[in-house]
Amino acid sequence: MLEIRNLHASVDGNEILKGINLKINKGEVHAIMGPNGSGKSTLAKVLAGHPAYEVTAGEVIYNGKNLLEMTPDERARSGVFMAFQYPVEVPGVSNAQFLRLAYNEKQKHIGGEELDPLEFKDLLKEKAAIVEMDASFMSRSVNEGFSGGEKKRNEILQMAVLDPDLAVLDETDSGLDIDALRIVAEGVNKLHSPDKAAIVVTHYQRLLNYIIPDFVHVLSGGRIVKEGGKELALELEEKGYDWLKTANGANATAAPQAG
Amino acid sequence: MTPELVTEATRYQEAFRQATQTRAADEPAWLQTLRESSFAEFERAGFPNVKQEEWKYTNVTPIARTNFVPVLTANGTALSKGADHSGLAPFIYDEARESRLVFVNGMFREELSSKSALPAGVLAMDLRAALRDDEHEKTVREYLEHPVLANGFAALNTALFTSGLFLKIPRGVSIAAPIHLLFVGEGATDAAPPAAFPRVMIVAEENSAATIIESYASPSDDSVYLTNVIIDFSLADGARLQHYKIQRESMGAFHVATTRAELGPSSAYHTTTINFGAALSRHDIHVQMDHEGAECAVDGLYMVDGSQHTDTHSLIDHRQPHCTSRQLYKGILDGKSRAVFNGKVFVRHGAQQTDAQQTNKNLLLSNEAQVDTKPQLEIFADDVKCAHGAAIGQLEDEELFYLESRGINPALARNMLTYGFAGEVIERIKIDSIRRELDDVVLNRLHTDL
Repeated sequence: MLEIRNLHASVDGNEILKGINLKINKGEVHAIMGPNGSGKSTLAKVLAGHPAYEVTAGEVIYNGKNLLEMTPDERARSGVFMAFQYPVEVPGVSNAQFLRLAYNEKQKHIGGEELDPLEFKDLLKEKAAIVEMDASFMSRSVNEGFSGGEKKRNEILQMAVLDPDLAVLDETDSGLDIDALRIVAEGVNKLHSPDKAAIVVTHYQRLLNYIIPDFVHVLSGGRIVKEGGKELALELEEKGYDWLKTANGANATAAPQAG
Repeated sequence: MTPELVTEATRYQEAFRQATQTRAADEPAWLQTLRESSFAEFERAGFPNVKQEEWKYTNVTPIARTNFVPVLTANGTALSKGADHSGLAPFIYDEARESRLVFVNGMFREELSSKSALPAGVLAMDLRAALRDDEHEKTVREYLEHPVLANGFAALNTALFTSGLFLKIPRGVSIAAPIHLLFVGEGATDAAPPAAFPRVMIVAEENSAATIIESYASPSDDSVYLTNVIIDFSLADGARLQHYKIQRESMGAFHVATTRAELGPSSAYHTTTINFGAALSRHDIHVQMDHEGAECAVDGLYMVDGSQHTDTHSLIDHRQPHCTSRQLYKGILDGKSRAVFNGKVFVRHGAQQTDAQQTNKNLLLSNEAQVDTKPQLEIFADDVKCAHGAAIGQLEDEELFYLESRGINPALARNMLTYGFAGEVIERIKIDSIRRELDDVVLNRLHTDL
């Protein structure tokens, strides 16, 4: 489904990704772990097409197409979804309006049926149950005045509505208490299927207690320095990240500004 | 008299002479005196000019140069000709169908109005009728003799107003139906453009409550006329008024308006002004808080395009302790339009425990649009909580990316954010049909359907 080859990317002239290689097949869940500044959030944003990040080398093939040539909205309509680490507030636009517009844009793209506000309300109700969100959130402005946990749940709700093939979760666990973490993780699990793939970017192992990865990749200094199965996450939890930097000779101080 | 010889001054002189003759038998002497002095003031000062600080960014020469004819009598107009008055239908809000007071070119039209949803005891009459009524003359006199803003427009209104409204909400009465003051501007196609000078006084007695809609509309998109209106609110102890002003004049029209509100103890005045229309509009809004415990919210939105010019001068005057004011004014400018926002908040000596917040935010959708904003907070008390700010900018990249990352194309994402920017003000209006109308206007201007 997704193949990343020798991906280099920079922001404001600082190179953050220094040759990432990654292959993801349908049905797989990949965890990307690593210390602060290792480039893991940058990887998520590059996949979503954030305009502040410049790809300087390499390629990303998504379902046979060059993902990097697609605009962010084209990527989304083609089935790529990034759950934001810091979801943006959009005052004056209701959650329901926003979600219906996004949903219909995707339906247009895939030749599906567009829904009017009433029909969409039913769909939204069904999807909101996945993340245990109350109907009152639908008429409120997108993310405005939402707590940290509500914002993250709203991201997963958007994911549920847009039904992506490839979900990229950028530190979705950050700032969540244990109950919210469980709800969000269970939501992600419910949405997963053998036809879909997910990339879970996280600093801590705890999210991976709920979302069990097939593969764990550890980033450091803009490169993947270690790979393994789900047990690697437990090992990192126990030992921390420092031993990897020295063991693999990666430059631990390469990119302190990347999140 | 031949038209070539008519100068700006003589045109209004002629109208004033005519009006004086027809009214002589009709009006109390004090009012004749007031009109004489107001007209003298207009002749002395003329229309405001850009050398005056308060008019620095708004050039009213197009108004001074247009050959307006003041409307002194209610003429048969296209709108009122159909027996069913169906021409009015697009301007009527469902919620106020039976509580609407209609003015055509500034003249109150009883036969186009409906008062059946107004509770007993609520007075709604032409201001001129109130002047002839012994019971109300004193109240109206106090209000008319109370000095208004010293400028040519206000003076001209006092000299020439021939109609308007006196609305009184009695003590303790809460009116469920919003009261709609509908001002329709009908420019003449075959004659000189009309100038309307309506004058409105709204008295809310102790512990009364009501919602007032003040709307300006025109059956034509581009007809030329002038609206020069003064509207006064007086709130007694504990009175609560919600006021919505919707300015959708013709794009060829000129709109000059003064809104004043005097707030009694523990009263609340919440006003939201929406400016969409007119070639040139100027709104002076002045809220005076002369008693303790009063609160006001003075919000607004201006959305202009093409060569439109809109100017808001707001003054919120905290003169006594324990008053609260909130102000959010937003602007959306496209094309070569221009907007002015001057927002004064005064906290007078001794007005302790004042809580005042003011924000003006502007969104420029075009490189040629221009906005001049001047929030002005002047504090002479030492125990207060005050904040103000102004911003002029474009849409946020992070917000755009967020919408795009959900599959929304960039053009639609921009329009959606612009709509949301306007929505923050529009959603403060608690009347569904107005909110829907405003939503439609905004989306229509953005060529978007949500």
